[in-house]
Order: sequence, then C-alpha cells, then structure tokens
Amino acid sequence: MIDPIAVFVLLLGAATPILFAALGELVVERAGVLNLGVEGMMIGGALAGFASAHATGSPALGFVAAAIAGAALSMIFAALTQFLLSNQVATGLALTLFGLGLTAMFGKPFEGVKAPSMMAGPFGLNLMIWLGLLAVPAVWWFLMRSRAGLILRAVGENHDAAHGLGYPVRKVRIAAIAFGGAMAGLGGAYISIATVLQWTEGMTAGAGWIALAIVVFAQWNPWGVLAGAWLFGGVTVLQLRLQAAGVAVPVQLLSMAPYLATIIVLVAISARQKFGRSGAGSTPGSLGQPFHALR
Amino acid sequence: MINRRTLLGSAAALVAASSLPALAQGEKLKIGFIYVGPVGDGGWTFQHDLARQAVEKEYGDKVETTFIESVPEGADAERALTQLALAGNKMIFATSFGFMDATVNVAKKFPDIKFEHATGYKRSDNLATYDARFYEGRAVIGTIAGRMTKSNKIGYIGSFPIPEVIQGINSAFIHARKVNPNVEMKVVWVYSWFDPAKEADAAAALIAEGVDVFMQHTDSTAPLAKAQEAGVLGFGQASDMASFAPKPRISSIVDNWAPYYIKRVGQALDGTWKSEATWAGIGDGEVVIGEITEAVPAEVKAEAEALKAKIASGEYHPFTGPLKKQDGSDWLADGATATDEELSGLNFYVEGITAPMPK
Repeated sequence: MIDPIAVFVLLLGAATPILFAALGELVVERAGVLNLGVEGMMIGGALAGFASAHATGSPALGFVAAAIAGAALSMIFAALTQFLLSNQVATGLALTLFGLGLTAMFGKPFEGVKAPSMMAGPFGLNLMIWLGLLAVPAVWWFLMRSRAGLILRAVGENHDAAHGLGYPVRKVRIAAIAFGGAMAGLGGAYISIATVLQWTEGMTAGAGWIALAIVVFAQWNPWGVLAGAWLFGGVTVLQLRLQAAGVAVPVQLLSMAPYLATIIVLVAISARQKFGRSGAGSTPGSLGQPFHALR
Repeated sequence: MINRRTLLGSAAALVAASSLPALAQGEKLKIGFIYVGPVGDGGWTFQHDLARQAVEKEYGDKVETTFIESVPEGADAERALTQLALAGNKMIFATSFGFMDATVNVAKKFPDIKFEHATGYKRSDNLATYDARFYEGRAVIGTIAGRMTKSNKIGYIGSFPIPEVIQGINSAFIHARKVNPNVEMKVVWVYSWFDPAKEADAAAALIAEGVDVFMQHTDSTAPLAKAQEAGVLGFGQASDMASFAPKPRISSIVDNWAPYYIKRVGQALDGTWKSEATWAGIGDGEVVIGEITEAVPAEVKAEAEALKAKIASGEYHPFTGPLKKQDGSDWLADGATATDEELSGLNFYVEGITAPMPK
C-alpha cells in the first residue's frame, strides 16, 4: 500500500529544484526578459554549491555560494542583452552551453567526493523545501502588492511607456536577471547537495528546461508555478513509487503528462483569447524584446 | 577535453583534412570513441574511458585516440559517428546499446573503417559487436543480496527493458531466491542510462517500499549516495565505486573492457581484425567482482566467491533449469542451460518476480 503522505514528502523534494528555478525565471520574464540560460545557471549553482558545501562542511554556505554563482553567470547574460542588445534567445542558449561546459571542466576535482548532511527543518523536511514554499507567496506579494513589483511589471509590459514615465528599465531588468540567476543557482544546488548528494557532470539533466516550460504553464503566476512544479514532481515520484509497489504503469504516458498539460493550458489560453472572453492574456507585453532608450 | 560541441565547430576543418590522400604506412592508427554519458560518470562511461587510456598506454605512438562524450542515443549519434569517420579515424568504438542503428548506418557509408559496437547484435563486414556477460556478475551479487536482506525485499533500478538488463534482473533474482526462499524483487525503471536526480529518486522509492538491499543498472553513483543516507546496502555498478565501501557498497560488478580493446586494436594494427561477436564473462576477466567488504559476513563472502569460481571455470551457468517463466510456463528443463541466442533476446521475467514487465 502506498502511503500518500510519504509520496507527498518525496514530491516536495522532487519539486523543489524546479520550483526555485521557475520562480526566478518568472520574475525575469515579468520584467520582459527571456533568459533561456536557466539550465546553465542551475548547473553552475549545482557545482559552486556542492564545492562550497564540501569545502566548508556547511550546506547553508553551499547554498549561499550557489546563489552567488547563479547570479554571476546571469550577469554575463545581462551584459550581453542589456548593454550590447544581443538576441535574448541566442544568448540564453549560449549561457546554457557555457554553463554545462564550464562546470564539466571545473568540476573534475569534485567527482567522487561526498556532500555534508542536509539542514533538517520542521516535519522532517529540510530547510530548503520550506524556503522554496515560502518563496511562492513572497514572489507573489512582491509582484502584485509592492510598488517595486508594479514597476517591474510595467517594465515588462511596455518598456517604452515605463521609460517615458522615468523608470530605469535597464536597471530593473538587470536586478530581475540577477534574482533569476540566484534562484536557478539555488535550484541547481538543491539537486547536488540534497537530492543526489554528490557532483556529477551534467547532473541537472534538463531540469532548467522543465522550469522554463512551467513558467509558461503557470501563465506567469507564482501560484501556477507551484502547481506546475508539484505536478511535475508528483508525476515523477508517483510513477517510480507505483513501479516499486509492482503496479503496472504506462511510464511513457505519465512522463509526458506535465508537457501535455502545458500544451493543453496554452491551447486553452489561445482559444480564450481568440473568442475574446479575456483581454491580451498574461504574457508580458515586452517579453524578449530588446530595449534601447533613444533619449 | 573534446566534446560534441567543440568538435562541431571544427567539423569543416575535419572534412578538409579527410579529403587528403590516405595516410602512408607507419602513420598512427586513429581511433574514435563515442560515449553515452560524461567520462566523469563514475560508472559505465568512466570504465570505457579507462580502457581507451589503456589502449593508448599499450600502443603509445602507434595510436591516437579521441572521444566524444554525452552523445544522446538516436540521430545525434549518427552525426557524431560521421564526424569521427570524417576526421580520419580508422577504428571507431560505439559504447552504448542505443547507438546500434546509427552505427549500422554509418558503417555502411564507410566500409574502410572498422566499427565496434558494445552490447548490440547487428553486425556486418566492418562492424563487430562485443558484450560482457553481466548476468554472471549479477548471480554473485544476487547471492549476497539474498543473504544480506533483513526485510526480504531487494530492489533493482533498471534503465531500459532490453535483454541485457532483463538478464541481470532474472539472474540476480534466481540466485537471491536460491539462498533465501522468502526474497521478493522490486523493480523500478528510470528510462535513462544517466540521470543522477532520477536515479536517486528511484532509490528513494525503493527504500520507501521497504527495500534494504538494491542493485542498479544505471550509470551514476547517485543511488549509492542515497543508500548511504538511508542506511541501506547497494553495489557498485560498471565501475568499482570504491569510495562508497565498505558500506553502502558491499561489492560491485566492474566492466573491464581494457583486455578486449587492447586485443582488437592490436588486430587492427597487424591486419588480422575481422568482424565477429564477442561475449566474454567472469572467466575471461571482462566482468570482475569488486572486493566484498567486511560488512558482509565471512560465510556469505565465501559462498559468493565459490559461486564466482564455479561460473568462471564454466562448471556452472547462471541460467540452469529447472526454470519457469513469470507466467508459470516452462522455460528450461532440469539441468538444461539457456543458449546465448535465447539470452540475447530475453524479454520475460522468471517465475517468482511479481513486478510487471513494461510493455
């Protein structure tokens, strides 16, 4: 018999890395920037976090280092896209490839060493799971209830208008990109420090791309991101658990469920837009467009 | 380090180089390898790369090796193989089951190049296959697992339901049952050779199901790290994974490809290479049982080593009847052993395994 609480606990663990990364990317995209380098920043955080945790014996310091590393990688993207106005899609992809290659090179000395034990938290869940859960209302409050969040959304919705009102479009975007990088770094470090407990090259294995899909699935809403991360983590954990219990499950069908759900959500939204029941939808208006102030 | 991406960039230069006249006698033999995972996986790919290094050490200046790591199975593999062929490699090792069709296609286009495909079954004049009898090793660690489990539940993390993996599950189960009639086998498929996070989640699912000793047929050390955290036991896979000894890693199955690679490269150098199928096991030194640690009682260790010796000498075959299939129908009569042909197409569990076979 499968204990639903045990499955839920495993689910929370599986969902945490993508929850962090997707929340970060959500803020970036709300500011009108599309950063496809999530995977690269995650793997950067995974290595930096693991290396620091191993060196200092403190997972907390590891996560701090991971956030710094993720933010530092994201600054490469920020410099290229915000100052040199490079194409965001191409730059983001390059950041992913760069992150994977860089960590493969610098990660060699950390292969085969072990992580210190994770920080325990209330109810047998580690502190990072709690932090991830708390980040959802925090991001929601910031975006929807704070003045700074309003400015960030204005920048993402129409950067020319925001600029006309005197808001520093570029600065807001750079701050958002740094936040996205730090969150991706935390997500990556969760994989190396808390899930896999060691460093292996390429260990994020596509989690960054899932995070990107979840942002779209969530329609740029933090609560939707939580639902998406749980759906994905839940499917992953449940199918493994069902298999272990000897239940015949169509693994391929379950594995594609989160992606299928994303497509269904997208179809539903475009249908709603077409038949005019709601306005422009929730895609940030200036998403992916370079901004260059003429005056 | 060379990987797929840096190689892509220099593809044009490589094409230009390959149009030069054929290399004169006495030139180096260029040998290419494609790997399914990173060389730092600490398991399957790591072992293939050790064997590549052994080839370089053995033949020194006579050979020059390159490798492309983390090549996805499928269309990308064909591209990577073609690149190696155009780069002037005269011998190419494709080291994963899923590279099979890509290797067949590329071998057709380059009849002068000698191809070697690991764990496959499709051959041609310039395409040989080689495999290791992992199931012999599974029999030994299955025996240890059957003796060591206290919950009578042992687990198996499978990659893909292909004959090689199914042989391993059956062999481990048969020999665990032999020493412990109450043992049950739980199987979880992760549908990947290398995905540390998913392998760790699979280990967690098995542990949550009450499994206290498990085996893996995936390439990373993530399941052992999980075993250590949960205080259960496991085995090194493909590589010795000795950093997890004496616990949770209580023994291991090591793939020792070096003797085979050295032999085949030597044949290519002296012109005696021909396409054939090789399937070597414990007796040939291709499958090695890693040290059985002090976490295992002496009598269990002795029992496992006796079985290993009997398999190595050929006195005992791990698939010896009477054996029935999972559905209860007869498979092998008393004393009969499975043929290689049967094993290379194995697609069913033996009687006693309750896990459903994925379709």
